[in-house]
Amino acid sequence: MALLFDTHVQKMKYNVLREVAKLAYRDELTPQRIMEIAPRIIPEGKPMFRCCIYKERAIINERVSMALGGEEDGTVVGVLPIACDECPVDGIQVSNACRGCLAHRCKDNCPKDAISIIDHKAVIDKEKCIECGKCLSVCPYSAIVKHTRPCVNACKPQAIHIDQNTEKAVIDKEKCISCGACVYQCPFGAITDKSDITKVISLIRDSNLNRDYHVYAVVAPSMASQYPNAVPEQVVAGIKALGFHAVVEAAWGADMVAWLEAQELVEKGFLTSSCCPAFVNYINRHFPSLKEHVSHNLSPMAQMAKWLHETDENCHVVFIGPCIAKKAETKYTDAGRYVDYTITFEEMQAMFSARGIDVTTMHKAELDNASFYGRIFARCGGLAEAVTEALKEQGVSDEQFKLNAVSCNGIAECKTALFKKQKGILKENFIEGMACVNGCIGGPACLSHSSKNFAQVDAYGKSSMENTIADAIRVMQILNPALDVKGDGEVEKEIEEIEHTK
Amino acid sequence: MITVSVCIGSACHKRGSYAILNRFKQLVQQHGAEDKVNVAPVFCLGECANGVSVRIDDQLVLGMCEDNVDATWEQLVLPRIG
Repeated sequence: MALLFDTHVQKMKYNVLREVAKLAYRDELTPQRIMEIAPRIIPEGKPMFRCCIYKERAIINERVSMALGGEEDGTVVGVLPIACDECPVDGIQVSNACRGCLAHRCKDNCPKDAISIIDHKAVIDKEKCIECGKCLSVCPYSAIVKHTRPCVNACKPQAIHIDQNTEKAVIDKEKCISCGACVYQCPFGAITDKSDITKVISLIRDSNLNRDYHVYAVVAPSMASQYPNAVPEQVVAGIKALGFHAVVEAAWGADMVAWLEAQELVEKGFLTSSCCPAFVNYINRHFPSLKEHVSHNLSPMAQMAKWLHETDENCHVVFIGPCIAKKAETKYTDAGRYVDYTITFEEMQAMFSARGIDVTTMHKAELDNASFYGRIFARCGGLAEAVTEALKEQGVSDEQFKLNAVSCNGIAECKTALFKKQKGILKENFIEGMACVNGCIGGPACLSHSSKNFAQVDAYGKSSMENTIADAIRVMQILNPALDVKGDGEVEKEIEEIEHTK
Repeated sequence: MITVSVCIGSACHKRGSYAILNRFKQLVQQHGAEDKVNVAPVFCLGECANGVSVRIDDQLVLGMCEDNVDATWEQLVLPRIG
């Protein structure tokens, strides 16, 4: 099999998840068996990336405990204390490239007078330095560098700081939006997400082959771009082979969301999207005054799962996606009423591997309920396109409501748009917020982060049988009249017409 | 009350389960049987390779298509509602 992961950190995490999944499948999650995982992954010999194999194994044990669910403390992301220790924390430093030049622009530009030239070299007084970075930007030799920990850099909501005593990263629970950027960016994989993989395996096993209850997999549309050597239909066959009763597209829920979002927009005139749980967390925690503007729609995942519960009272739902924030949404919001567990593509692959499933050699199973528009929710801009389409399909005229959306690609852009809204200077009337750059296809637990993924999601969208959102959701209207796709009485009229032609 | 469940899983959906679901609903209306027959969508009856699957109470009917809905109604639904 071709290399499955973008980074070796993901590979290491996967190795642990796979071993844990194997034990879970064999129902052998005993302390003894669990202890045997680390030596299996880190065998005797030279250490690969740490001082000794014993430290490497200790870190594996930390990973195992996260794979088994980690601590239940209201978060889904945690720091592995042993793994996090050696990144520099010294901030702005003068390197050997400094020539102590005559111009010394660093000294002249320092607002705090923290730089002096001693022995032909710039020296920074750490007591005075405020890390503003001015010296760094004016040095003609690029001789001044700023060491920022990758996790701190990755965390746009500024929820990570370094404890001065332990020199370990600390995540502020009140500020963290569970986006998982730090998980993907830490070069040592020292921050990681907690897994429900063993619970999902038990849920499937205890269903007695789906006879006692049905376990549905709701899979995110970004699935289409995870495996360069397998088509989405093969991945669906793989998921079914894990023992799920049925595989359903979250994109179908997205069709419903687009439809309802259009209605809500016409009514309220301004909204922010509610699809991305990290974006919703960001508003709640960093822009609480804008909470009222968040769309009241469930996320596509929760919407789809809710509908499954309406059609099948004997139903359990597992969401599979690229997203770590979805784990928080599932555990700590109303979505948990409909979704039992969320697992990531990394965890899905670990389950495949533990079961000996190679998706590249699977047969093709069918997956087709959602429209193009529901499927392109996976990439930034897709949601706004879908809402535009839903407004058109609902016959909303420009006079009634004209969509002017800002699609925010990543949390930094979300911050700008939300800030403008707070100041009352945002000209757009809809904020599509995607915490990950590129949208869900840039999610922290994607197996692939290739630049081709955007086009791949669009191709998957275009392969849909349903041309419009209304076509995709008409069957749902039977149970949920709020989704009336044609307006009052129109469905009955259509039935009459069909009858007439017969 | 009898329940007619029409599979709307991906495979059946592609083979036209929406039209079948709608036809059953029409028949219920025509016969004024709204209080006797409940037509509902259902996910995956596990027979993905056999045309659209329908379950009438506990009886599984495979190979459904738009053309045999009326016959199925007459043979399997009408006798149950008398």
